[in-house]
Amino acid sequence: MIDWQPLWLSLRLALITTTILLALAIPLGYWLAYSRQRWKIAAEAVISLPMVLPPTVLGFYLLLAFSPSQGFGRWLDHHFNIRLAFTFPGLVIASLFYSLPFTVNPIVAGFRALPSDWRNVSRTLGKSDWSTLVRILLPNIRASLITGAVLSFAHTIGEFGVVMMIGGGIPGQTRVASVALYDEVQSMNTGAANRYALVLLAFSFIILLLVYGINQQAVKSKTML
Amino acid sequence: MTDFDPKPDNATDPLRGKLIHPSPDNFPDPKQSGITTPPHFLQFQATKTLHTTSGPQLLDVRFELPKAGKLAIYGPSGAGKTTLLRILSGLTEVTTGHIEVDGEVWLDTSRRIDLPTRRRSIGFVFQDFALFPHLTVRQQLEYARHKTTDGKIVPELLALMELESLQHLRPALLSGGQQQRVALARAIARRPRLLLLDEPLSALDDEMRYKLQEYLVKIHRHYELTTLLVSHHLPEVLRLSDKVIILEKGSVSREGAPSALFFAPSQDLSPARFQTVGEITAINFSEGNYIVTVLCAGTFISVVLTAAQTARLQVGKKVRVTSNDFHPVINPLV
Repeated sequence: MIDWQPLWLSLRLALITTTILLALAIPLGYWLAYSRQRWKIAAEAVISLPMVLPPTVLGFYLLLAFSPSQGFGRWLDHHFNIRLAFTFPGLVIASLFYSLPFTVNPIVAGFRALPSDWRNVSRTLGKSDWSTLVRILLPNIRASLITGAVLSFAHTIGEFGVVMMIGGGIPGQTRVASVALYDEVQSMNTGAANRYALVLLAFSFIILLLVYGINQQAVKSKTML
Repeated sequence: MTDFDPKPDNATDPLRGKLIHPSPDNFPDPKQSGITTPPHFLQFQATKTLHTTSGPQLLDVRFELPKAGKLAIYGPSGAGKTTLLRILSGLTEVTTGHIEVDGEVWLDTSRRIDLPTRRRSIGFVFQDFALFPHLTVRQQLEYARHKTTDGKIVPELLALMELESLQHLRPALLSGGQQQRVALARAIARRPRLLLLDEPLSALDDEMRYKLQEYLVKIHRHYELTTLLVSHHLPEVLRLSDKVIILEKGSVSREGAPSALFFAPSQDLSPARFQTVGEITAINFSEGNYIVTVLCAGTFISVVLTAAQTARLQVGKKVRVTSNDFHPVINPLV
């Protein structure tokens, strides 16, 4: 029989991460798409780093940052009595960094694909940038928003290196599905490992089907315009 | 101040724009003149360096317009016509400038005043319509309507522009002409002080252009909006404006009433029996002569000219075709 707790934990982690990421990625994506500041290239590179960096590198640096014996971790522990290493909130923060490019990049691409005239038209109609964002831009990048959300959700479910380093695989707290699968393999428990692997495989396949379906729908509706 | 209208009686016509030479001497300084009520509804002065394909070019333009005036900005591509509208709406920055509308300063670089676009009361009709694809016709107008504007403006505009039967459709289902009517209605829905039209009918065929011109005339008559039209289409300029400025290489080369600018008796001819304007579509050489074909109001006119008469003409050039006898003559307009 499969232990559902790691899967439930993965799901909870992915849901919380995706919700926070969407709230962060919309203003960040807007800024990256429309800002003329030169150093935004550096910001883009930093945001996309987790896509090319070995997850263990990110995990290592975050572990150092969260460590109660070091600068930031010590400050958190000392002033707020908060410890992030080997805790669920620590996993959430690590996942935010790790999955950020998967949410931000589709949103930036969505904003950039919109006609540049629209923001000017809206301004000439007396509308603020906020009103333009909410009522004109966001409804027209729905497909990018859904793609970003789905990708970050799936990516968080599938992450291993970072959660292993930050969470340590504490059952009920930080032992997510991918870590549980690894543990089962280490314990030569192939049957349980197989079940975790199948669930994750099926889930990833469904997610990708969903993303491609959304993209196809977006292409169709654009062709109709 | 110099009134460019050649007819003195026009100076009292409130619909006629009062255009002045681009000279610092004849532009009233609002700070020094002591005039509490501005003499004109719109005062515009701006300089800016344009980066064109032929290198940097200085845009230096100054004009004034009375309330409900209809000004056409005419000239070759790259002369800075669209830039002028963008400066007026605050979408393009200037080097120096002063813009005052109905006594309200929108831009004054010397006093570091630069009202953001959304606070300038304008209705801007863009060349490509720029309708929002997710909103229905009615929603486009509702979005544009300012919260303080009477809600009745939306049904009123839908009726005026004959869009009532289309009000629940999205732009993708509308024809080019219908989309342009929506773009125009949307620009007016916030009851702006200035209506800016940037080549508004250039994407339409001749028949649709003519129909849309009728809507523009109707709109102007109904709302008496001070209107600035950028166009390179002469029939449009003649029909929709009461003043024209011809912009060339960033500055005003000529200005005045359209009839005075485009139909003035040619200096090298006695008063003509017939005059029309059009665009050269072809110049062919045959048996020692040039045959120049001009498209005038949907009709082709072919005229046989000598090499000397053809020297100043090229395909695409706007020309005046005149005839005081049997044989017509062609002269460049600008």
